[in-house]
Amino acid sequence: MQGRRKRKILDHVEIKRAIRRIAFEILEKNKGPGDLVIIGIPEPGPFIAERIRGQIRDVEGADVLTGSLDITFYRDDIDDNPRPLPKVTDLPFSVRGKTVVLVDDVLFTGRTIRAALDALVDHGRPARVQLAVLVDRGHRELPIRADFVGRNIPTGKHEDIRVQLKEMGADEDLVYITEGEILSDLRSEDDRQQQSPDRS
Amino acid sequence: MIGNSSHLIGLDGLTAGDITRVLDTAAGMKEIPARKIKKVPALRGKTVINLFFEPSTRTRTSFEIAAKRLSADAVNFASSSSSTSKGETLIDTAKNLESMAPDVVVIRHRYSGAPGMLAERLNCSVVNAGDGSHQHPTQGLLDLFTVREAKGRIGGLKVAIIGDITHSRVARSDIWGFTAMGAEVFVSGPPTMIPRGIDHMGAKVAGSFDEAIDNADVIIMLRIQLERKSGSLIPTLREYSRFFGLNSEKLKLARDDVTIMHPGPVNRGVEISSDIVDGAHSVILDQVENGVAVRMAVLYLLGGGSNEMAD
Repeated sequence: MQGRRKRKILDHVEIKRAIRRIAFEILEKNKGPGDLVIIGIPEPGPFIAERIRGQIRDVEGADVLTGSLDITFYRDDIDDNPRPLPKVTDLPFSVRGKTVVLVDDVLFTGRTIRAALDALVDHGRPARVQLAVLVDRGHRELPIRADFVGRNIPTGKHEDIRVQLKEMGADEDLVYITEGEILSDLRSEDDRQQQSPDRS
Repeated sequence: MIGNSSHLIGLDGLTAGDITRVLDTAAGMKEIPARKIKKVPALRGKTVINLFFEPSTRTRTSFEIAAKRLSADAVNFASSSSSTSKGETLIDTAKNLESMAPDVVVIRHRYSGAPGMLAERLNCSVVNAGDGSHQHPTQGLLDLFTVREAKGRIGGLKVAIIGDITHSRVARSDIWGFTAMGAEVFVSGPPTMIPRGIDHMGAKVAGSFDEAIDNADVIIMLRIQLERKSGSLIPTLREYSRFFGLNSEKLKLARDDVTIMHPGPVNRGVEISSDIVDGAHSVILDQVENGVAVRMAVLYLLGGGSNEMAD
């Protein structure tokens, strides 16, 4: 396996700007924070959801509810080995009748969001569901699109996009792309999808 | 897969990492029963057969609920052990099961080693739900999960297991599990109930009941199993209770924040006094709740794509 080069895409200032703009767009589209709940897909969706909540509080002076929704059991590659391990679901409120903004870091194939929609309706029936992502990297495999996008970044399928945030223990906020020959290129499509951490 | 195996026969051979993976998975399962829809599609289309050759209500129900919460089809297959002889019937049973194409078989049997034998003959995953006096690995895992939840850690704790160690499959799984996770395990009971060689499993035989529970973080009281051989190993229940029963007076020896566990069903006033069962240190009902989450984790980790891979 050869080494992989890292190329910076968004620095901490650009990430902050992108999240602020997403917060504004959410408020604009929904005409205020009324019935909003913001639900992140771990990791690091819940951290981004918290930041959006902070921005909304700064702008509107209103607090919206945030939560975390694990999609592990709803993945379409759940039968692959090894089994994916579940992460935290924390929805301390009812989603019934709410406008749910789902938050993920990177939108890729769309399979994660498909799983998230299934997981969400098992918790109740929201009035509507919207999608916010920090990065849209293309290569959709399902008819899914984001309502709020931090940055559109055209990528090759062999590349990985990673989001690291301080809340995850990183030194600084950063979105970067890794390129070059990687081992997973030699594997089948399905294997690569399971390996790829930014598969969305 | 749990460890390197597609079966769960015992906790021996599992590393702290293997066990932690099961406990972490169980932690992810625990929130599901609080949902509006108490079900996830993790095992949709999979078949789990509960094969119980010994009467059991709680363990079987716990496995059944666990399978159903994961959307598996759970089939209960109860069989009386009275007319079965060890070898032939089990193999016949295995062949019959094979033709029903299950993904996981959960088996309880009065003979130690029966689940291990089935595991060698079946293509599906086998989970031991208690075999003779050998092991009861899911009980061991739920005990570990309950302690981790109560204490935040397992390593470095002093764990006392009190009662009929010789005939207890729970004790054996607990000893393997707790020592693998770095806890110090002491066993105590009447001399007739302490098997030879238990120290080879990593447990220390305490000189007395008091020594075992002195400064203990966790006390696991075993049930006196009158339906098994326990009765012939002690003079009377009253005497057993006087020397090895846990009451509020004895409890003072343990740490102030001691956690009291019991695999159930409890003989109130025999191995443990009623006020302790219902008291602040007891997590006996938590154990039952956690049992479902841990069994969900085990079924999830075993009932997966390994069968597809084998095709």
